[in-house]
Amino acid sequence: MSFQSAGYQLLPVLPELVLAAGAMALLMLGAYRGGEGTTKLVTSLAVCLLILTGALELMLPAGKLTTFGGSFIVDDFARFLKILALIGSGATLILSAEYLSDPSRRIFEYSILVLLSTLGMMVLISAGDLIMLYLGLELMSLALYVVAASNRDNAKSTEAGLKYFVLGALSSGMLLYGASLIYGFTGTVSFAGIAAAAKTGNIGLVFGLVFLLAGLCFKVSAVPFHMWTPDVYEGAPTPVTAFFASAPKVAALAVFTRVALTAFPGIVSQWQQIIVFVAIASMVLGSFAAIGQKNIKRLMAYSSIGHMGFALVGLASGTVEGAQGVLVYIAIYVAMTLGTFSVILTMKRNGQPMEQISDFAGLSRTNPLLAFVFAMLLFSLAGIPPLAGFFAKWYVFVAAIKAGLFTLAVVGVLASVVGAFYYLSIIKVMYFDEPAGELDPMRTELRVVLAITGIFTIFFFVYPGLLVSVAAAAAKSLF
Amino acid sequence: MTTWPILSVVTFLPLFGALVIYISRGDDDAARSNSRWIALWTTLVTFAVSLILVWRFDATNPDFQFIEKASWLASGITYHMGVDGISLPFVILTTALMPFCIIASWKSVTIRVREYMMAFLLLETLMIGTFSALDLVLFYLFFEGGLIPMFLIIGVWGGPRRVYASFKFFLYTLLGSVLMLLAIMALYWNAGTTDIPTLMHTAVPRSLQTWAWLAFFASFAVKMPMWPVHTWLPDAHVEAPTAGSVILAAILLKMGGYGFLRFSLPMFPLASHDFAWIIFSLSAIAIIYTSLVALMQEDIKKLIAYSSVAHMGFVTMGIFAGTTQGVAGGVFQMISHGIVSGALFLCVGIVYDRMHTREIAAYGGLVNRMPLYALVFMVFTMANVGLPGTSGFVGEFMTLIGTFKVSIPTATFATFGVILSAGYALWLYRKVVFGTLTKPALASIKDLTFREGLMLFPLVFLTILFGVYPKPVLDMSAASVQQLVNNYNTAVTAVKAAALIQ
Repeated sequence: MSFQSAGYQLLPVLPELVLAAGAMALLMLGAYRGGEGTTKLVTSLAVCLLILTGALELMLPAGKLTTFGGSFIVDDFARFLKILALIGSGATLILSAEYLSDPSRRIFEYSILVLLSTLGMMVLISAGDLIMLYLGLELMSLALYVVAASNRDNAKSTEAGLKYFVLGALSSGMLLYGASLIYGFTGTVSFAGIAAAAKTGNIGLVFGLVFLLAGLCFKVSAVPFHMWTPDVYEGAPTPVTAFFASAPKVAALAVFTRVALTAFPGIVSQWQQIIVFVAIASMVLGSFAAIGQKNIKRLMAYSSIGHMGFALVGLASGTVEGAQGVLVYIAIYVAMTLGTFSVILTMKRNGQPMEQISDFAGLSRTNPLLAFVFAMLLFSLAGIPPLAGFFAKWYVFVAAIKAGLFTLAVVGVLASVVGAFYYLSIIKVMYFDEPAGELDPMRTELRVVLAITGIFTIFFFVYPGLLVSVAAAAAKSLF
Repeated sequence: MTTWPILSVVTFLPLFGALVIYISRGDDDAARSNSRWIALWTTLVTFAVSLILVWRFDATNPDFQFIEKASWLASGITYHMGVDGISLPFVILTTALMPFCIIASWKSVTIRVREYMMAFLLLETLMIGTFSALDLVLFYLFFEGGLIPMFLIIGVWGGPRRVYASFKFFLYTLLGSVLMLLAIMALYWNAGTTDIPTLMHTAVPRSLQTWAWLAFFASFAVKMPMWPVHTWLPDAHVEAPTAGSVILAAILLKMGGYGFLRFSLPMFPLASHDFAWIIFSLSAIAIIYTSLVALMQEDIKKLIAYSSVAHMGFVTMGIFAGTTQGVAGGVFQMISHGIVSGALFLCVGIVYDRMHTREIAAYGGLVNRMPLYALVFMVFTMANVGLPGTSGFVGEFMTLIGTFKVSIPTATFATFGVILSAGYALWLYRKVVFGTLTKPALASIKDLTFREGLMLFPLVFLTILFGVYPKPVLDMSAASVQQLVNNYNTAVTAVKAAALIQ
């Protein structure tokens, strides 16, 4: 098999190959070097490796590349989301620096697992058939299960890992069952082949589709497959929660969009009702359930459930504008989430991390700049203009209105008003309440991540054109 | 005409001032004094620059002037600014009142002065932007963005129930606005653009008109506020610091009326005509009911807040009468109410700073110790009543004339409201100012200081000036109002004629 032989070129998978080889090399380095500083070295090299992978991805020839007989696709859509997933993973590794520096927890494998998980995401984003989809999904998830339990002396972390694993395995089973039904009724696993065969809503096929979508809903933590999210978010170490909330969501939403739009464009009306229901349920539950939360990580779990609902509003419209909306939404969401988690990671008093919302009391007086940026991130998450979160919602709802999904749009914006309540509650604690004491000084790497995401969120309105046009090009490549 | 973007300068100058305050760090007395002075100078310079707009404004031209356009979000969504005879008075009102707000907060705000001044300057940028945006998305950005600073102003510097009031204000307004956002999206797909001048000349299908009108109504009725969605206003007014109440009453409420004039009437004329009876009923109820409620208040600020709702009833009634007098009267009434209600809240702030209570029962006989204050307060009370010779009269009179031509019952009920307003306003004045000074706490109360006189006397002057000589405001808006009314009547008669043919 030559490097360039037709149908099996390796060029499109070069970034993934580099990432895989690099991860293995780092594993060897970590295992054989040992001793002081190994974790730090491996983490730094892992970040460099992610940057290298992203650069390679951008250097690939333009246009649509396929390989392995069409089961691996690199188009503008994949490039956009892969870069986003790499940014999410890289930022998470940076945010994890403090967690990994704890002497009792020198686990260089953590970075390797994040790398492998990222590799899974990239395969998932590029998946052109059901086999590749499953391979990517499992590689991503297995690494995530272990990372969730990485704080192994902590009962909550272990519980989170186990819970995630059991429920994740269940959802994988559903997904596989759905895939096998689809294969049985269409005779092919490739998305293009399924699209050609699935012109009518054959009942068996729709059955398979439902199972497949259920599995995917689990990965994006959409209602009614969201139950794992609050427990896992709360139990997992905070940097890991930041990771769960960002990069895997990108990949899962990517494959969700690709499957729906490229494998089942002939039966839009069949899957549209499912997505509409899931989107409405996620937005409503995410908004209402978050109100009662006292723990900021649990609150962010419900927030992410709600946000996945909003992103799915774009997908529900099933149009180019909708896909563009999903892409803009997820990009802005990742920025806001990383910023929010860098604030949560900062919340330490005398070295003790604090996770209660009441711990933010009076932050605007003890640390005005931090409070201001955090308040802007929260207003943005609530979708208040002129912050970035408003534009995210604008694009998905514009698509929904154009597709005539008025009920969905109305329920969505009303849910966003309810959602605004709990974001405001955090701002209220920071600005209106009496200070609860000084915080430990903020670490440099957290400052950097917060500065970048904060500036992006606050000043997005000045020049929104770039992200929007790149997302538009990426969305077009699906159709 | 020079080419410098004068409107953008006016809009973003306050933001620049806020940045300057941010850069001047520190929280000692010097820093506080600095931020006060920077804020005052910024608002004064902004006002001065905004006067250039008046100077160069061509009142005979009904179209938008000082147009600025730059590409922004997408092909149909641009950074488009401009003012016409309807929006310019509001821009000037905003820039003119801001220095008073800063002066009013000079002594009464003692904590977090820097942040306070920054919030006000940011709010000024957003308010001016709301009135001069000529793109729906841009308008929405400014319109909604104003919630953030106002939420913080009420919540951080407000009274005892500030948290409740700020949440109620924020969520109420947001709820109305998100529905408008959906309507904006629908208009975007209908016309392929959110450019306001273009949309004004785009025929909107009748069914879309109905829904879009209702959605815009949801937002503006809350903002205005109209009965029965006015309940956030008394809470917000009572809890907000003095300057916050001034801004709320004088400018933020006007965004609702401005929205009706800018969007509902020109873009959805048929729906406006169809739904005029709803507006008339709600306005009449608002005028009578909230006046009665005002009669029962024990808190001075709450009383003025309810009277604001009643006065806004005249505005909505006049606007949807669709007659020249009605619309022009609505614009004038909003400007006049901006000056008068703002001044009334300043008056309340002055006694509140001395006594730290707003209970009507805690006052009485102030005229004995504060003759100057009694005089000033009387002028504004009379303007609130609508006494001829004050600006309050002109607006109410014009809106009533305009409405009589269209709906006699509404105008009749509204006229009763004028009597009621005299009732509560004079009652308030008598209780607070007249009588003998028996309360021991009031025995040593001082009359207006120089600073307080500085902020009240210009407003007294304007109230009386516009009462006897309303021409400057009416002339400024006349051409645009006439064009608006003509377009509205043409659209409505065209449909009626078509209906007759069938």
